[in-house]
Amino acid sequence: MLKKITDVARVIRSKNCSPFELTLDIIFEKTSIYEKVKQGNLINAKVIAKAYGIDEAMINGIVYFDPAHAVKINLPRPVPSGAPGDTDVYGAQQHAPLLKLKLQV
Amino acid sequence: MTRKKEFRVLSPTAILGYGFPEESFNRGLELMPDLIAVDAGSVDPGPYYLGAGKSFTDRAGVKRDLRFMLKAACRLDIPLVIGSAGGSGARPHVEWCREIIEEIAVEESLHFKMGIIYADISKEVVTEALHENWIEAIHGVPELTVETIEKAECIVAQMGVEPIQEALKTGCQVVLAGRAYDPSVFAALPIMMGFAPGLALHMGKILECAAIAATPGSGSDSVMGIVREDHFELVPLNPIRKFTKESTAAHTLYEKSDPYHLPGPGGMLNLKDVRFEEYPDGRVRIYGSQFEPSVQNMVKLEGAEKIGFRTISIAGVRDPIMINQIDSIIETIQTNTMQTLKSEKIEASLHFHIYGKNGIMGGLEPEKDAPTHELCIVIEAVAPEQKSADSACSIARSTMLHYGYPNRIATAGNLAFPFSPSDIKAGEVYVFSIYHLMRIGDEPLFKSEVIEL
Repeated sequence: MLKKITDVARVIRSKNCSPFELTLDIIFEKTSIYEKVKQGNLINAKVIAKAYGIDEAMINGIVYFDPAHAVKINLPRPVPSGAPGDTDVYGAQQHAPLLKLKLQV
Repeated sequence: MTRKKEFRVLSPTAILGYGFPEESFNRGLELMPDLIAVDAGSVDPGPYYLGAGKSFTDRAGVKRDLRFMLKAACRLDIPLVIGSAGGSGARPHVEWCREIIEEIAVEESLHFKMGIIYADISKEVVTEALHENWIEAIHGVPELTVETIEKAECIVAQMGVEPIQEALKTGCQVVLAGRAYDPSVFAALPIMMGFAPGLALHMGKILECAAIAATPGSGSDSVMGIVREDHFELVPLNPIRKFTKESTAAHTLYEKSDPYHLPGPGGMLNLKDVRFEEYPDGRVRIYGSQFEPSVQNMVKLEGAEKIGFRTISIAGVRDPIMINQIDSIIETIQTNTMQTLKSEKIEASLHFHIYGKNGIMGGLEPEKDAPTHELCIVIEAVAPEQKSADSACSIARSTMLHYGYPNRIATAGNLAFPFSPSDIKAGEVYVFSIYHLMRIGDEPLFKSEVIEL
């Protein structure tokens, strides 16, 4: 069934993991949904690249983390934290494009 | 020394100065902690604080938190370890925190021995390391150069557990450390007492954020960690919170690029085999955290460079004809302003933050054509001198105010200013110029001193 990610994920967030890199977390509500997402590799570089309108090669990594039934995605910051032209020093508001995702779970 | 079967660490708050309910802290004291430890720092607030030598936390808040901790440590006769003092943990930050501690000691008639560890690394040491090929750029960071080292306002290294253990071994009741790897302040003493480094460091990783890893989470509440032979236990100290398998595991993800492998000074925390056990009273036990010592001992360096001064102007746009062509208008304003600056021999750079369009995500914004009826524009000028930044901002603002864009009907002015004066001096601008790993030798890297209060 095609479901909105906001109906199956409990947490969707972004944050700096260094002044030069962003990390996005999607924590699923239920282990069963997480397993489906993981088995089907439903959160992959192609999906993220499309959501953000960026090149797949820009994505630094996607990690599935079983203990928290979560997926982590790492992106480079377009501008380092706090440097002129930066828009989000903490990187805490870069998650919104993920909220539009739909998953076949 | 007979080995204790468990070691209790009280973590009062996520960041020194963020506060905690007195009841939670007292409940922690009733559980007879062996150590009170607190992390005072973060790079989250950006490069300004490291570069300018200022704390991002409020002095009154820090003093309030420290008063509780110092009194409790003296009363129970247990150590208090403070890491990344003053937020960024360079010498001015450590001195700032030291002054607060000295004030409290006088006011409360407290007497103790305090070890102060500075995290500042001299430019000579870093330059020598660079020449020895001992510097490694962290992913996404440009390679380090001699010029970057020279220009840095200050350079700190994140210390591991060893310098803190050295201070504790000399009998210091309070250890005030500069920039430290967050878990170090919690793990130094239990590791010294013989507990497994993997468990102690993983526990420190969670305790450094105090109740953020509990549910409901909070950065301003106390928690306790108890490390034992084959696991550690997290104990909430406020009846409204509990630790769950999920809240603890989710926290392991927070602000990290790889939740299974957490590199730090001296080695890597490997969480591949970690297991969480949940108890009905809100406690969680964690098993299987492993520490893998690295072959080369590395520390992470952080440095900030002053690149100039900033002036900003905030304005709104409500005219739909202007909003429809905002990109081309900004481009023209940018070009025209830069031309004027060039002819006046003013060096400056300009950035336009367009809220309502892509002010928050900039280049990462995928919604390029979402309709909006109003925009907020922040004009940002950065220049080597404050007066050049003022001029650049002023020229960009006035050019934009009266620019005759195509099909303009409203000819009186293009911008709505919420304030007079419209331009705001934002002061010194710093960037993170150093964020690199440095290999270290056997000689001590961190300078320290011991004082009696």
